This record gives sequence, C-alpha cells and structure tokens, in this order.
Amino acid sequence: MIMAAAAPSAGSVPLDAPLQVREVAAGVFVHFGVNALMTAENEGAIANIGFVVGDDAVAVIDTGGSVREGRRLLAAIRKVTTKPIRYVINSHAHPDHVFGNAAFAGEAAIFVGHRNLPRALALRGSYYLDAFRRSMGDALEGVELIAPQFLIEDDVKLDLGNHRLTLREWAPAHSDNDLTVLDETTQTLFAGDLVFLQHIPVVDGSLRGWLAAMNELSRIPARQVVPGHGPLAEWPLALAGERRYLERLAQDCRALIASGASLAQAATTAGLSEKPLWELFEEYNARNATAAFAELEWE
Amino acid sequence: MPGLAMKTLWAVALVAALLCGAARPMLAVEPADPWPELARDIFNGRPLADGAGLIAIDMPYRAEDAAIVPVTLRATLPQGDTRTLKAITLVIDQNPAPVAATFQVGAGVTMISTRVRIDSYTSVHAVAELSDGQLYASTTFVKASGGCSAPTAKNAEQANANVGQMRFRQFAKPSDGPVSGPREAQIMIRHPNNSGLQRDQVTLLYIPAFFIKELRVRQGDEVVLAMESGISISENPNIRFSYLPNGATTFRVEAVDTDGHVFTGEWPAEPAM
Repeated sequence: MIMAAAAPSAGSVPLDAPLQVREVAAGVFVHFGVNALMTAENEGAIANIGFVVGDDAVAVIDTGGSVREGRRLLAAIRKVTTKPIRYVINSHAHPDHVFGNAAFAGEAAIFVGHRNLPRALALRGSYYLDAFRRSMGDALEGVELIAPQFLIEDDVKLDLGNHRLTLREWAPAHSDNDLTVLDETTQTLFAGDLVFLQHIPVVDGSLRGWLAAMNELSRIPARQVVPGHGPLAEWPLALAGERRYLERLAQDCRALIASGASLAQAATTAGLSEKPLWELFEEYNARNATAAFAELEWE
Repeated sequence: MPGLAMKTLWAVALVAALLCGAARPMLAVEPADPWPELARDIFNGRPLADGAGLIAIDMPYRAEDAAIVPVTLRATLPQGDTRTLKAITLVIDQNPAPVAATFQVGAGVTMISTRVRIDSYTSVHAVAELSDGQLYASTTFVKASGGCSAPTAKNAEQANANVGQMRFRQFAKPSDGPVSGPREAQIMIRHPNNSGLQRDQVTLLYIPAFFIKELRVRQGDEVVLAMESGISISENPNIRFSYLPNGATTFRVEAVDTDGHVFTGEWPAEPAM
C-alpha cells in the first residue's frame, strides 16, 4: 500500500532536457562533450556525439556515456525533426560513446559498428559496467550493452536521403574497433576517437597502428572534422597535434627500451615534453606510455 | 582423460570465482579484508612474519593501464643473515583469481619484475619464503585505473597471433659492478593470457581461459627462475629478474600453457662484461 502510494512520483519523471547541439553543417548536429573523466555530475557527457538528418531518416553517431545523456540526445533530435532514426552508429566500444545506446532501443533503429565491436563489447563490457557503476552510481541506471546488428567491413555507404554517409572500419589504432563516418554531402568527418584535439589522445589499441593510419586518415575527403574529443576543426590540419604527440611517445619509448629502462620508468618519463599541450595529461599520459612501451618492446 | 579433468576443475574454479565476484558488490560499503582467509588458504595456515624491510613491492599507487601494471619485488636480507630467498608469491587480493604467481628462485635472484592485471581497488601482497621455510609478508595498495582502461587485450587479433614467440634479453652489467656480480635478464613470451572470466554479452558464454601456467628459466642446467602463474599476469608475460652468472654458456626457457602447449627457447649467455 505504501509502495503504491509512492509510485506516482516514478511516473512523473520530467521530460529529458534536450542536449545542447550545434549545427556544424546543414543537417549535421553535434553535442560537444567536456574534457573530463566520466562522473555522475557530468552524466558521462564527455565525448562528442551527434546526428545527421537526411530527407528520409536520421543517423545517430555515438550515444554518450549514460542512458540519461542518450535520452537527452534523443530529445535534441526530436526538437529538430520527427523523421525516423534509422541508424545508431557506434564509433567504438568505449563507455563514453556507447553507454547511451539503450535510450534508442525503442526507435526501431539498426545499431551499426565495426566488425570487431561485438567482440570488444564482449571482452570489456562487463568490466566497464562494474567499474563505472562503482564510480558513477545511479547515473548509470538503465545502461545496457547493445551490440551492433549491422557490422561494417571495409567501407559501407548509407543514404539518409540527400545525405550520403561513408562508414569505414580501421585497423587497430585508438582501439581495435574504430569506425569513422564521413558525411559526403557536407564533407564533415565524424572521426570518433581516431582524432583528439585539446584532450590528450588515448592509446587503447595500437600506437604503431595509429601512426600508420595517419596518412590514410589525412586523405579522407573532408573539410572539417568532429573529433571524438575536442572542438570542431579543419581537416586534415586537425591531425597535426595528435600526430606529434604519438610520435613523441613512440620515440621516447623506443629510446627507453634501447637503454634497458623498465616499464615503470617509461610510465613516468615518456611523452613528458608534451605535458603543457594537452588537457587530462596527468590522467592518461602514464597509461599511454605503459601501453606504448609494452607494444614497442616487441618490435 | 587428463584434459577433461582439467576442464572440469577449471569450470568449478571459474564458477566459484564468479560467485565471489558477484557477491562482492552486495556486501556493505567496507567489505571484510579478504587477506586473512586468503593467506590461510594459500599458505596452509603457516604463520606469516612481517616482511617490512625484507620483501619490498614496488607498484604505482594508481594502476594507469588496468591490463599492464608494473610490479617489482625486491628481497633484501639483513647483513649477516645466512638464509637465502627460496620463493616469492604475489597475491592481488581483489582480483578474481588472487594468486598472480609464485616464483621459485635460483642463485642470486633478489629482484623480480613483471606486469599484472588489476581489476579493482586492491591490496597486493608479496610473501617471501626463505631457505629455513619462514614466510614474510609485505603489502601495498593500488587504486584501480580510470577512464576506458580495461584489464583485457587492446588488440584482440594481435593477442592471438604468434602465440609462444619468445624474446630473451640480457642487460648490460652496471659499469661499476664486479664482473662476477648480479646481472639482469628478461624473458618475454607472446600469449593472450586470457582470464576466462569475461562473459560474451551476446552469447552469455564465458570466453575460455587460456594462459601461461608454468615458466622455467635455466642457466645451463640450473633453474634460475621458475614461475607458476595464473590469470592476473598480463598478456604477453614479461619477467625481468636479477641473477648471479654461474658460468653457463646458455639460457634455456620452457613455458607451458593451460592447453598443454609447450614453448621453448635457447640463447647464448652474454659474457659478463
């Protein structure tokens, strides 16, 4: 009885406030995340997420770091258009890009990702849920890992009606399941976490692979890029800072390996000269150096 | 069939580990310290003396990369103590299978450095066994990593490529040390070292465990380092250790994984100068 009396408050949840989005090109909308770690306070809204509205349908590109953020993205879409959401594309498996997926489960949309995305979600999903539930608590309510039904191999074109998207899979670089989305119509590239600006790049795939992908990335025929983290930028100029950082990291690690230094030493020294140039350096550089050292030791 | 028996045992162990894992978040905010019980189980109730000053654990306070956390163990016996180091056991209390490895050591091994996975905020214990059978325990605390770091492969295809490939490296003797003094060497072996604890969210099946369980490094015929290891050791196990050259001309390494694969390698000992 008491429970029943308390129930109505659960039914009167206020509508989700639409995320603030910016139209960076005709029909292309982006919510820019904050350069921070995911917390309960920021609702996990740290990555850049967005959507493209065509004549016939909408494609969502990443859903954010919580269901709450995903629902707010959905509210932002509905403020702009009533067209059906046909695709929900995940750029890769990291929590700040996929934890909002459940907000779109009722939209009859097809979930799309890199051919390796299901495996990455399988290997890491339960760990991410445990770890972020510990740190974010209730802010993670409702999070479900939704694997893509439509897997991208090589590249695939999707037509939203006068908005043609090219989705492309990449070899291990930032992660082992990176996908880029190019809106050919406006020459806007959603690079996912293959591109970082201001926010220090995070190596969670292969440093060598990422560096090897730079030239090919730079040839993508875009005029502007929505990076995974950081502001809208000119393409391919946007790659310069990230490339310099990754090259510095590789060079420092190679020198340390050659000198017989330990992994622990590398973690505290490699890449340090880049410190003034990046946000969240303290949070990620030692980790990048650790991953880079362990990878390059096998060269 | 031994293979079947192994698999059954593993299934039981995994279920037990998973039940423990599942039970943890439901406990009160301050869960009971698992160490007393762990210590009793691992060392059959033998007494553990305070290892401060005798066995040191060097780890970063925060696990930067959950999949690759460097750990260095150093044993220092007081001057005049005639005992020698026999073994070191490394325990990561909150990991699903807490015993990361037990290292049996040969002549002159006083430092062992490796990399482990850290799943959560945890105490880490190192227990040294000396030649008289006495056990000494030391401890440190490690905070879990943040962000999108996970204790799993970064490049899942690469992790399964070239399984068993080995590299052996001998480090230059410190310029001020005696020719006969301690040196350092490092063995690296390519292996995914899958924990078997990750559940495929789509099939809801557990990805099978597949890891290096034994590794032996010989200087000539003498075992200089023997490791029995579990799923807390990082992908591509990497062990760096100090040793005293015994005049042998070769190093030989043998490793065995949970599928019964045996990997071997042999390298000439570099002259001590």
